[in-house]
Amino acid sequence: MRLPFQLILGAAVSAVFIAGALISLVWTPYSVEQMNIAQRLLAPGGGYLLGTDHFGRDILSMLMVGARTSIAVAIIAVGIGMVVGVPLGLLAAANRGSLLDEIVMRGNDLVFAFPSLIIAIMITAVLGPSAVNAILAIGIFNIPVFARVTRGGALSLWTLDYVLAARVAGKGKARISVEHILTNIANLLIVQGTIQFSLGILAEAGLSYVGLGAQPPLPSWGRMLADSQTMISFAPHMAIFPGLAIVLTVLGLNLMGDGMRDLLDPRLRRVR
Amino acid sequence: MVRGPYMLEVRDLSMTIHGTDILRDVSFSVGAGEVFGLVGESGSGKSMTALALMRLLPRGAQVSGEIRFGQTEVSRLSEHQMCGLRGRDIGMIFQEPMTALNPVQTIGDQVAETLLVHGASTPAQARDAAAQRLARVGLDPGRVPLDRYPHELSGGQRQRVCIAMAVALRPRLLIADEPTTALDVTTQAQILALLRDLVADDGMSLMLITHDLAVVADMADHVAVMQSGRIVEADRTECLFRNRRHAYTAKLFADSAHVPARRPEVAPVPVLQVRGAVRDYPLARRRLIGPRPLFRAVDGVDLTVHEGESVGLVGESGCGKSTLTRAILGLEAVQGGAIRLAGDSVTGGHVPGAVRRKMQVVFQDPYGSFNPRHRVARLVAEPFHLLPTPPADLRAKVAEALEAVGLQGSDSEKYIHEFSGGQRQRIAIARAIVIRPKLVILDEAVSALDVSIRARILDLLADLQKRFGLSYLFISHDLSVVRAITDRVLVMRAGRIVEEGRTEQVFANPSHDYTKALIAATPQIPRAWLDGLPGPVSPA
Repeated sequence: MRLPFQLILGAAVSAVFIAGALISLVWTPYSVEQMNIAQRLLAPGGGYLLGTDHFGRDILSMLMVGARTSIAVAIIAVGIGMVVGVPLGLLAAANRGSLLDEIVMRGNDLVFAFPSLIIAIMITAVLGPSAVNAILAIGIFNIPVFARVTRGGALSLWTLDYVLAARVAGKGKARISVEHILTNIANLLIVQGTIQFSLGILAEAGLSYVGLGAQPPLPSWGRMLADSQTMISFAPHMAIFPGLAIVLTVLGLNLMGDGMRDLLDPRLRRVR
Repeated sequence: MVRGPYMLEVRDLSMTIHGTDILRDVSFSVGAGEVFGLVGESGSGKSMTALALMRLLPRGAQVSGEIRFGQTEVSRLSEHQMCGLRGRDIGMIFQEPMTALNPVQTIGDQVAETLLVHGASTPAQARDAAAQRLARVGLDPGRVPLDRYPHELSGGQRQRVCIAMAVALRPRLLIADEPTTALDVTTQAQILALLRDLVADDGMSLMLITHDLAVVADMADHVAVMQSGRIVEADRTECLFRNRRHAYTAKLFADSAHVPARRPEVAPVPVLQVRGAVRDYPLARRRLIGPRPLFRAVDGVDLTVHEGESVGLVGESGCGKSTLTRAILGLEAVQGGAIRLAGDSVTGGHVPGAVRRKMQVVFQDPYGSFNPRHRVARLVAEPFHLLPTPPADLRAKVAEALEAVGLQGSDSEKYIHEFSGGQRQRIAIARAIVIRPKLVILDEAVSALDVSIRARILDLLADLQKRFGLSYLFISHDLSVVRAITDRVLVMRAGRIVEEGRTEQVFANPSHDYTKALIAATPQIPRAWLDGLPGPVSPA
């Protein structure tokens, strides 16, 4: 079966960064915590593959550890969104038309109504800037997304005959939601999860840029961009590489999400 | 035989899709003003033939052969020229009128579109022309205004809109691909009458593709029978029906008239008793305060099924059969009346497992009845959930059920997509009998199947009834199927039972007008044609 081209390209690009993040757990070319002022603001090349920043830290190493931070924050935030949002969506669909459904969906709309990044900034400002609070803030805004996607997919499945057969076999709504509905909307959730993952990385970068995400000395792509602002005219490499990292990761994940949708979404299935 | 130049001539049409043979050397001719019937089961290639005539083929299709339409060699035209041909010289209508119409465009706009695309009228005149065309197919603009949307019309009305679009420019050929399969019997009769009128009025040729032999007997001048991409027999209608030379044709006829051998052993003990069932649906609010208006879907229905009996419930769409089924299954509450299953009361919503296990159901759509992610073993074992504890020999019971329906025990490890439509219905029946219920409700269980498969499934049902002492409630809109397998029949209309009695009695001597109308609307093959004696040879 030929995989869609987007999927392969997206997966390849994302894999590079995920690999970097995983490798950084055991090894980075240079330590990111030691400052080496003598070697600061070196251009790419020589011993430092991507150059150094204003404290003499190796940019490549910082990118790898930053990848770890971004990916960890984004994945856990998506996890929160799924763990809370999917059951809410299943609950709403199983009780469609009832007061419970209305409450869940209007709650959803309420959270959607708030501008997510600004509220995230507010949460981290109130609770204190840290990676954990960034996860919380981004995760909260993933919940309504998954709830809505789950409910939409589940609603169309409730009308099918095999759900009716399960009801005739005496199964309750909760059991049917898990056994029959969840297994058949998994495709939708995988695609949405991939897309939310890429948005999560972008959100984390945004929070770190304003200083409310992961705190130094833990490197983060957004923070690297912020630090490079004043030095961009004579050390552009400090801004270019973190920026490229963000762009390529988000693009790769988006492509992968699109490619997976082409592969997995049964409604888009065509004769090959 | 029609003399004179043929309007459509097809010679040695062959098609492959990605290397697989779909059509092989298909040849036939259609004269002007003639009705040509193309009969076959699913997978025989009849729809593909129609699409090949219009050159609307899927990707990967390779076509060879000659298609001559009037003087034009269709297979040699460019796509641009074909666009000019489609809609203007050849029209086509499909099986599912709902999916053939754009749900977000009004019917007036859709009919006008055909006219505008071919430049046959200016935008200003197009609306008037559309109104005229719709009136011609029986949709009077006074009663069905042009700004209705497809979802606001009934199935028959939608098919009329599709016909109006197809014949808007008075094409020379209309291809109708199973135009009435999705419609009720009475609606089917009306649509077929409309097609006959259009053929007579305009001198249009009609190519009618169907699996229903009786429809073809009524309508067609010439018939061709297709099997596996080949035409196995073609002749004038009466000659083909009388002679049935080819083995496949003979088998097709035998299967469509097939009546399973049954010797019903009915005990006077009632298994299902429905007394005065009433089911209301709340409609949209008209006033802010006060009770909501109600729609009565089931209006005081009495129904009894005895042990070992097969009872049929016949009615057209919207009569309330499905609502009644769901109420009997205990999935919905009734607002009035009582339902008793082998003495135990069935109240909607909370039916204990011990009561539920005495009835099971088989659904219509073999492709939607199963969770595609589960294996067959898990699917067939689902009703065991009704028992307080799952049986120790669950696997053995599942294998036994599969073998009882003609499949193999080893099939329980496969996934459902590995099976054909007929096999899936067998698995659905296995699922229904695995806990040995007393009553099996068959909700249009054979409607979606081919004629030959339907005959085998009816045999299977008769056999299982004898072996396991089952009682059947057979719900269908297809009168011939109900006649073949039921002992008693009830006719339902608008939520009420209008006639009830022994099957043969009701069909031979219907007393209610509605029953008479239903039986009259059902297309029949003339008795004389099925004598089994060789008929007149068609003049060459």
